[in-house]
Amino acid sequence: MQWQFWIIQTLNSVAFGGLLFLLSSGFSLIFGLMRIPNLAHGAFFMLGTYFGYTLLQKGLHFWPAALLGGIGVGLLGIALERFILRKLSGNEQGQVLVTLGVSFIIADICLLVWTGDPMPLAAPQSLRRPLLFAGFAFPTYRLVVLGIALVAAVGLYLLMERTRLGAMIRAGVDDMEMARGVGIPVSRLFTTVFLLGATLAGIGGVLGGPILTAYPGLDADMLPLALIVVILGGAGSLLGAFVGSFVVGFLYNFGIALAPDLAYFVLFFPMVLVLVFLPQGLFGRVQI
Amino acid sequence: MATEALRLEGIDTYYGDSHVLHGLGFTLQAGRLLGLLGRNGAGKTTCMSTIMGFLKPRNGQVALFGEPVAGLMPETIARKGICLVPQGRRVFRSLTVEENLMVAGLPAKNGGGRPWNLDRVFELFPRLKERHAQVAGSLSGGEQQMLAIGRALMGNPRVLLMDEPSEGLAPQIVTEVGRTIAQLKAEGLSIVLVEQNIKLTLNLADDIVIINTGRVAFSGRADEVQIDSPIVAQHLGVF
Ligand SMILES: Nc1ncnc2c1ncn2[C@@H]1O[C@H](COP(=O)(O)OP(=O)(O)OP(=O)(O)O)[C@@H](O)[C@H]1O
Ligand SMILES: [Mg+2]
Repeated sequence: MQWQFWIIQTLNSVAFGGLLFLLSSGFSLIFGLMRIPNLAHGAFFMLGTYFGYTLLQKGLHFWPAALLGGIGVGLLGIALERFILRKLSGNEQGQVLVTLGVSFIIADICLLVWTGDPMPLAAPQSLRRPLLFAGFAFPTYRLVVLGIALVAAVGLYLLMERTRLGAMIRAGVDDMEMARGVGIPVSRLFTTVFLLGATLAGIGGVLGGPILTAYPGLDADMLPLALIVVILGGAGSLLGAFVGSFVVGFLYNFGIALAPDLAYFVLFFPMVLVLVFLPQGLFGRVQI
Repeated sequence: MATEALRLEGIDTYYGDSHVLHGLGFTLQAGRLLGLLGRNGAGKTTCMSTIMGFLKPRNGQVALFGEPVAGLMPETIARKGICLVPQGRRVFRSLTVEENLMVAGLPAKNGGGRPWNLDRVFELFPRLKERHAQVAGSLSGGEQQMLAIGRALMGNPRVLLMDEPSEGLAPQIVTEVGRTIAQLKAEGLSIVLVEQNIKLTLNLADDIVIINTGRVAFSGRADEVQIDSPIVAQHLGVF
């Protein structure tokens, strides 16, 4: 019984960490490159969950629904960057406020379209039965979510570290003005990271559906977690987002399980410490 | 007739309300090296930033081989062929040497000589080749300066701007950088060299422009200027 608790909580933590990575990796890249937190990122995630719900209702299989939901949110991300943020380039405060406004608008539209009732998403049929191993029952779906997050992490790593595009993004994070000075087309980079970040958040939203269910306020629950991840890990650092996601996954799950009254303390206290003593985060180079 | 590679005319540049360049103008002839001298705070870097498009001049014109470029975005200006070796080197610290060069690669413009690419930069700076996989932030100052020069060359410049490439380097490395600049000039590249090192500049330059508090105080041929000339003492001397 004791063992089962620890093992299951650990597994829940890493699965949740995987979801957080899908959410916060893009959030971190956007933050590092454009120097603004995209406060609509939580809403992107929630919208993904609702998209997934509707696509499943329409009879789509789970995986195509996840992909399609992600692409839908990704297109929205492009629209936000191209048609709104670009008009405000150079005005970072204005940009942040706009992303906040957009997040409220998305939340309102979700309420209108999907009502205020929580809507559970069904996990794929084949993954609903627990995996029995060494006398323990493991939630299969969560293991698969973790696996997908790891695959995404490897893919992002290869993109960022092994391609010219990735090097250009990192150059922009290092020194935006000089990046432009050597001819790097930064506006295309902005669109790319927004597409990437929003798509990943959307896919994360669909994948998170069976674990979290779709409900109004999911956006506001997820956004602070992404913020903590990025502050811990450092804006613009993929490794930081990866480590930060799992740290927060553990703090969140074990905080709620062991000390529910202190869950927010457990979560935000490390963030405050890092902000005060290590303002660039564990792996970041950008001062927040 | 000589072609004008770069021409500045009546440039006024501000930082907010602070007026730094006052009607600045000079001309760089194609294939020549113009030494731009001035005391600390004279406005040399501001001038480079204005040419590069980091700062937009409120008045005035910048022309690259006759084509107006003032007010364009830096990435556009770079693609038209103005490349900068910035003050303080500003290499992309978390990128490897090779990545620093790769991200700055731009196609050669028509009419240039042998185009610049990774191999050719490594040929010029064998040290960079040895360290190609090293993260730029961990290079020595001299190596970072070579990388900053190599990175600018990767853009296949028609005009190369160099902002104090000898700053903070050991004398032996300064000599090496000076040799590199002489080599680039010999290849026919048009260069603006900003320096505090007057001797180095007088050795390399065809033309000299001295600026003082954002205005051109002297403009002439390098052989009109000696290190002990009164103009040098007046505008560059340390009192
Ligand atoms: N970002 C800035 N904001 C406001 N003023 C600035 C800024 N950068 C430079 N200045 C001011 O503009 C003037 C010119 O500075 P600039 O850096 O162009 O001088 P410089 O000739 O390059 O000097 P140095 O030889 O020390 O590099 C100085 O008075 C400086 O204080
Ligand atoms: Mg300067």
